[in-house]
Amino acid sequence: MKADPRGVLTGVHYLDGDFACGEGAMAAGCRFVAGYPITPSTEVVERIARRFPFMGGSFIQMEDELASMAAVVGASWTGTKSMTVTSGPGFSLMMENIGLAAMMETPCVVVNVQRAGPSTGLPTMVGQADMMQARWGSHGDYEVIALCPQSPQEAFNLTIDAFNLSETYRVPVLVMMDECVGHMTEKVVIPPAEEIELVPRRLTHVPPEEFKPYKVNGSPVPEFARAGDGYKFHTTGLTHDERGYPAMTKACQETCVRRLLDKIRNNVDAIVRIEERDTEGADVVVVAYGITARVARMGIDLARREKAKVGFLRLITAWPFPERRIRELAARVKAFVVPEINYGQMVLEVERCAAGKASAVLVPCGGGGVHDPKDIAAAILGAVR
Amino acid sequence: MTTTLEQVTLVSEDHPISPYIRMDRMPHIWCSSCGIGTVVKCFAQALAETQVDLTKVAVVSGIGCTGRVAGYMKLDGFHTTHGRAIPFATGLKLARPELLVTVFSGDGDLAGIGGNHFIHAARRNMDLMVILVNNFIYGMTGGQNAATTPLTAKTSTMPFGNYERPFNLAHLAASCGATYVARWTSLHVRRLTKSIEEAIERKGFRFIEAIAPCSTLYARLNRLGTGFDLMRHYHDNAEVRNGADTRDVGIGFQDRIICGKFVDQESPTYLEARDEHYRSILGEKYVPMPREGGWLHE
Repeated sequence: MKADPRGVLTGVHYLDGDFACGEGAMAAGCRFVAGYPITPSTEVVERIARRFPFMGGSFIQMEDELASMAAVVGASWTGTKSMTVTSGPGFSLMMENIGLAAMMETPCVVVNVQRAGPSTGLPTMVGQADMMQARWGSHGDYEVIALCPQSPQEAFNLTIDAFNLSETYRVPVLVMMDECVGHMTEKVVIPPAEEIELVPRRLTHVPPEEFKPYKVNGSPVPEFARAGDGYKFHTTGLTHDERGYPAMTKACQETCVRRLLDKIRNNVDAIVRIEERDTEGADVVVVAYGITARVARMGIDLARREKAKVGFLRLITAWPFPERRIRELAARVKAFVVPEINYGQMVLEVERCAAGKASAVLVPCGGGGVHDPKDIAAAILGAVR
Repeated sequence: MTTTLEQVTLVSEDHPISPYIRMDRMPHIWCSSCGIGTVVKCFAQALAETQVDLTKVAVVSGIGCTGRVAGYMKLDGFHTTHGRAIPFATGLKLARPELLVTVFSGDGDLAGIGGNHFIHAARRNMDLMVILVNNFIYGMTGGQNAATTPLTAKTSTMPFGNYERPFNLAHLAASCGATYVARWTSLHVRRLTKSIEEAIERKGFRFIEAIAPCSTLYARLNRLGTGFDLMRHYHDNAEVRNGADTRDVGIGFQDRIICGKFVDQESPTYLEARDEHYRSILGEKYVPMPREGGWLHE
């Protein structure tokens, strides 16, 4: 399916990451956005609020982030592509309904322009400390997809990808930006609508009397019925059977939750995206994401002046994690160096996958600013020796 | 001496409201003499009387005993998170305006944990019909104090009697701008049905409070007898006062219950106000959300 031209601002622009993300959403066909103001993310919805009246979109500023996320899940059940945008404190409030979206298998996109925490933290300077919350923040076992743009151009591109992935797998997809990417202004090229490929909602064609909302047939992802199309279906946050009816049994829990996990876990290779450079023959591989990936490249250049053999791996999808690739590299390198604007989150995942075959060295940064590239270089040189 | 009762086979499919109920989910989980089922019957009856297109009716519930209603109605039914039925319903309505979106939940859900959403939806005059079953207590979790528990009533978390001032929900809704506000008890089957019928035909934020017995917890903790005794209390103490000033309709413990239609007025709904505003400012350039059919991305 091609993009609706009304949502696509084709041309070459000079945009910040927040605006680019908003443009990406509109280009992806998003026509429902609910949000609550929070810096440094608000510009995304401000952009959308200004443009939606010209393309049939519905934006509403809700009373809080709990309501925003609930409204997004509700709107998506009409088949409308839906999104909300927030930063750390609001992300915390959204967790319960992100879990609902996961359990009901509701396609939706949540953008988190990360600032430093915990709590109110450093409004509103950069942080990357919500990465584990993105993976584990709502209670219970579930899987999500999380993407990490490193530039305004990528904020545009990955927001479109986020909508496509959410439609394909019927999961909430999280766009884990950071304040630096959100507020940096760069060239953003928006292609013509006909060059933007979108994944449509996979609507069922089974007659209503035979339709079961969570029955899978071949694909691990069930077909979708929209509210108002005569299916009279039921969906719930409770553990449910394929009819969508609550079923409080151990066996149903196994079937229901297992599929929520497997639809992602069995498709990791199709979902995972990384950017990899110079890992062939490297002693050390730097693993980074978001704004830190750009800072890390400077650290790598400094280390190379000292003859270090350094490779680079950028996480474009943080979740699911590129486990297989890290395992492969761990067999050949001495160490992974992981700079991130927190006190150790994704490094834990690198360490787990390296499984003792290579060390995982964190280069922490508490937030409020990015790393000094010299610190990353020093960590690389320390790891080589 | 023993008596043998004649075996009676109940053909549930013959029940007049069975077309509106997921009969494959019966029996329901509610206790005998609970009032929620009666309110469900009134809702189904109102759907039948008004002959609305059932494919365009959605029911959204939160969590709790009344939260289970969405799972029993043969409609597009959404059993959501605790307190968030109203914002979930708001998303549904805004993204597909032709739907009749009904929120059906309890006092703990809508007035306790979800109170903030309740007042904001009323303020916006969001096009939702809200049916709130008020049993003065948290039922599903075992009888804890609610934002509606009358003063001095005993609950499991107020074992010596409630000293927190409760909400007067009819007044709360009216003062926030609800366009239709009514209160009945589950004894007032015909009046409650009539109110739901009226509300279906109105627009904007419509609020119907249905007082209902919880014999398992509220009656037991307060030694009020059975559900039947609570119904008798409604019979003896409910007073119909249509058009009453909602400031005067607060509910005391085992006191009079003022019932009636308190508010019935027209006011632009959220969607009407938005469309009219954008049309006046943007003119021809304004592209409204599709009135019917929603956004189809197939």
